[in-house]
Amino acid sequence: MLLVVEQFLNGLQFGLLLFLLAAGLTLVFGIMDLVNLAHGSLYMMGAYFAATFVAWTGSFVLGAVMALGATLLLGVVLEFMALRHLYGRDHLDHVLATFGLILFFNEAVRLIWGPAGLALPLPSWLAFPVTILPGIQYPAYRLAIIVVALLVALLLYLGVMRTRIGMLIRAGASNREMIGALGINIKLLYTLVFGLGAALAGLAGLMQAPILTVQIGMGENILILAFVVIVIGGIGSIRGAFIAAIMIGLIDTMGRAFLPNLLRQVLNSASASTAAPALSSMLIYLLMAIVLVARPEGLFPANRR
Amino acid sequence: MKTSFWLAGAAALLFSSTAFAGDTIKIGFVSTFSGPTAVIGNDMRNSFELALDHLGRKMDGKPVEVIYEDDQQKPDVGKQKTEKLVQSDKVDFIVGYIWSNVLLASLKTAVDSQTFLISANAGPSQLAGELCSPYVFSTSWQNDQTPAAMGLYMNQKGVKSVFLIGPNYAAGKDMLAGVKSTFKGQVVGEEYTVWPSQLDFSAELSKARASGAESIFVFYPGAAGVQFLNQYAQAGLKEKMPLYTAFTVDELSLPLQKDNAIGVPGAQEWVNDLPNEQNKTFVADYRKKYTGLRPTYYGAQAYDAAQLINSAVVAVKGDTSKKDAMKAEMEKANFKSLRGAFKFGNNHIPIQSFYLQDVVKDADGQLSLKTVATIVENDQDRFHDKCPMK
Repeated sequence: MLLVVEQFLNGLQFGLLLFLLAAGLTLVFGIMDLVNLAHGSLYMMGAYFAATFVAWTGSFVLGAVMALGATLLLGVVLEFMALRHLYGRDHLDHVLATFGLILFFNEAVRLIWGPAGLALPLPSWLAFPVTILPGIQYPAYRLAIIVVALLVALLLYLGVMRTRIGMLIRAGASNREMIGALGINIKLLYTLVFGLGAALAGLAGLMQAPILTVQIGMGENILILAFVVIVIGGIGSIRGAFIAAIMIGLIDTMGRAFLPNLLRQVLNSASASTAAPALSSMLIYLLMAIVLVARPEGLFPANRR
Repeated sequence: MKTSFWLAGAAALLFSSTAFAGDTIKIGFVSTFSGPTAVIGNDMRNSFELALDHLGRKMDGKPVEVIYEDDQQKPDVGKQKTEKLVQSDKVDFIVGYIWSNVLLASLKTAVDSQTFLISANAGPSQLAGELCSPYVFSTSWQNDQTPAAMGLYMNQKGVKSVFLIGPNYAAGKDMLAGVKSTFKGQVVGEEYTVWPSQLDFSAELSKARASGAESIFVFYPGAAGVQFLNQYAQAGLKEKMPLYTAFTVDELSLPLQKDNAIGVPGAQEWVNDLPNEQNKTFVADYRKKYTGLRPTYYGAQAYDAAQLINSAVVAVKGDTSKKDAMKAEMEKANFKSLRGAFKFGNNHIPIQSFYLQDVVKDADGQLSLKTVATIVENDQDRFHDKCPMK
């Protein structure tokens, strides 16, 4: 029972991290109709910036805040210089151009930071386990991720639902042409949205960095999951991304945690332990397939009321 | 335009015909040169190049040409690259292979074409057993040997129970089977993770803690080893469940693992401080040639592969068509290995010693690996009986 609680937290933490990445992706895709494969590169850049600034300033929090600012700035510059020219073109053009950006960022990182990767060590006030319930110890840093990500989700919700800019963003996701026709400066809105998405990706990257290593191509595997999240959640929907991300996080973690034991009931031990990891990573895509069949627009499509 | 095209074609023909004449020794080198594990491939290439420098870049007076190919850590790509090296480059030898699954996919191509393949790292159990071949040699080990040595060390330490975690691919399965083959205590649980995409081991660590096992054994090569140690330390398991490893702490991962790696024992057939002369020269020259870098066992095995090839080429006086004579010479392991002298078993896998390594601060104040003890001497893999070669 205690193990279930602990695994639930693991799944929640992974899901929330996916949400941060997917929120930016779904906004950019939903509002600007831009398929941005380079979103994973922004995640990577967030981690590299954080590792550099933390080493430079000696403070984890200060370094993280600076990295967040730097990724936001990078996002704005990227939108201004490259992506602006892709709006309204075919999705295949987007894929080609942003795939090029992935290669560009990977090479740029190799030139600047070298091929070996960086370490972002945790400050001592986060690198210990805390007892959250009798018998359950959980790493303080993973708890911190859960708290920060929930806060960001709340801010994002309030921002999108309660402010004027949020209203424009929602309007943009529902009907792009119409808000342009109503005299809204759509260019500025796009730059803003892209910068916001970049900052969220950077936040995910820098928070993940102390758990994983900061390395070239670190955003590519997780980007696939982020795309699955936005497909399940409905493109352009923050709420959909939130729910789908947590679903995926829980399914992935719970599958890995409990499927091997379940399979051992029916298969012999050796084939169960081989089949279980493969099967648990398939569960996510199975869910996506089911959602695509039952509700092709995702669970919470943005452009339908 | 057209003339230049024809000229280029004629030039290409000219070049290829000189290559066929057999006055160079052609070696194909398949390893990972892109992605997060490219640092391993680079280390192998560095050491291989250093070996060629030490040989004067010639084998029996003939210049050596090495063609490096990137397998991207993917079995299908590795197979394609091996096919390219065999069929279009017509190399005399193929060296490399970090990953067991890549090697298993590529093996048939090399064996069917009767091209000598020297694995400088991967040692899947199939290669030592039913898939052994006269054309395949290893300058590394069979996967089970290193973790089996770790299992012996855990017995010495009086470890009563262990929880095993490893990646779900050919080598991961061999590694966990290897510990189980020698460890006398209880194996409480066994977890496989998706390889190479899974980087978060929180679910597995939670299960290990809940299992009540006394210790954990892992096999995570490359960057995954850094990630595992980070998460293991953050979960506060370092004081509670001691960690035993194979191929998880090395000179490439240490600068990233930092203090997390202190006190984490590993087993290895080569450590940088092995006292033989050729090893001292190798380590010193490596650090001189590649400033800021330190050699690893991956590199040492690649270095040995170059020396093994050289011994064969010298024995046949550069005539690489004499395959039987080259095979006979290589079976003698007649070269100065960086790990010290060893013999090949009937399956062309080394029979060798395994050492216990520990992480210490060296004279420069940097973390480095040090030999603490010899765990087992002249160890032969447990699959050699299944190999039809006698």
